[in-house]
Amino acid sequence: MNKSIDKLKILDVISILLLITATGMVFLYAPVERVMGMVQKVFYFHVSSAWVGMLSFIVAAVAGAVYLKTSKTKWDILSFAAVEIGIVFAIIAICTGSIWARPVWNTWWTWDPRLTTTAIMTLVFIAYLMLRQGMDDPEKRARFGAVYTIIGALSVPLTFLSIRIFRTIHPVVIGAPSATSAAFDMSPRMLQTFLFSLIVWSVVFIALLWHRVRLGTLAHEVEQAKMKLEEI
Amino acid sequence: MSEQKTESSFLQSVSAVVWKDLTAELRSREIFSAMFVFALLVVLIFNFALELEAGTRASVAAGVLWATFTFAGTLGLNRSMSMEKDRGCLDGLLLAPVDRSAIFFGKMVGNLVFMLIVELVVIPLFSILYNINLIQPGLLLVTLLGSIGYIAVGTLLSAMAVQARTRDILLPILLFPVVIPVVIAAVKASSGYLQGIPMNEITPWLNLLVVYDIIFLTTAWLVFDKVVEE
Repeated sequence: MNKSIDKLKILDVISILLLITATGMVFLYAPVERVMGMVQKVFYFHVSSAWVGMLSFIVAAVAGAVYLKTSKTKWDILSFAAVEIGIVFAIIAICTGSIWARPVWNTWWTWDPRLTTTAIMTLVFIAYLMLRQGMDDPEKRARFGAVYTIIGALSVPLTFLSIRIFRTIHPVVIGAPSATSAAFDMSPRMLQTFLFSLIVWSVVFIALLWHRVRLGTLAHEVEQAKMKLEEI
Repeated sequence: MSEQKTESSFLQSVSAVVWKDLTAELRSREIFSAMFVFALLVVLIFNFALELEAGTRASVAAGVLWATFTFAGTLGLNRSMSMEKDRGCLDGLLLAPVDRSAIFFGKMVGNLVFMLIVELVVIPLFSILYNINLIQPGLLLVTLLGSIGYIAVGTLLSAMAVQARTRDILLPILLFPVVIPVVIAAVKASSGYLQGIPMNEITPWLNLLVVYDIIFLTTAWLVFDKVVEE
């Protein structure tokens, strides 16, 4: 146990250093975008947190599926941890997106596929937490949570697809830009900062997930101990 | 021979569960009356909320119709499952020597029948009240496809919601974010038919509905075991 805490501390220090470097790169290394100006800087944080939000959604669903298969508590703890982190990052992505959208699209919010899908993904996460809160039996809570993450993971891409059939105005950053959305060219320095931010936030995600899983495991042990006490 | 036998016994168990639900409903008429009156009230409220004038009706009607079905549907789903839970019927059903998926499909078909009956009453009434013809084969097909997808997820989630402490409020919160694809596709396809949009623009929505139905029927069937297990 102690060894893994040491490793976790090392990871914490690394992620803090990486975060500082990434922030420095965003403000000092990456050039100011010609058309959008300073507000474009939020993009590095925005895309990274959206990426982490999506990643945690996938982790939650996969861990949920493994839990249903194996019934091992650690998978439930992982799934729950990923959902909690996912909510925070999805909300960060929505807020930073709004900050960017106000000057660039002249509106805080539009019903674009990506925006709507992120909002719905957040709602699925919140519904998951409410489901867990409503369940008293820990074993059932884990099972139902796992089922719900799977249903959510199937539904959210379909939501994206169904709104995608309308037109989109959201810039396509990765992959070929389609004819309907504005292409967005990055200078090499911007691209380096962007990719570095993605990596940094993924590391931060792992560190947070590790912390949350450790907390979840401890909470589980406390719960078990309490149940044993009640039995006596 | 034996395969044929298990198949027919599966169908028999499904129809037994459906039959049980329909008989109970015929005696009490609880679910149907609640869903129907609620649906009428939703239509009424939309009338005042949106000022449904003749000009905007064709474009808004599909949205109003599906909002009505979505809201009324949760009422029926909740009632149908909590009836099982309250009177201990679910435990009895689970003890019965039948496949769990037969119970799922039985409950699902029962819920679907209630939903379709309510829809079949609401659609003509809607047509009369708003002077717009909703009784078109395409629209009825969309209604059927949309209801199947909605009820498949709804039956699974309602089986989860009734076992929670917060069961009365939980079902819509769990259900609405995950049925959004079905609602979008159904509204788009319905309004396509109502506004006479060419068929090749409606087909993607119909495809999406069919895909959603297949994915969620299969998933719900696969995981239902985990939801009713004690």
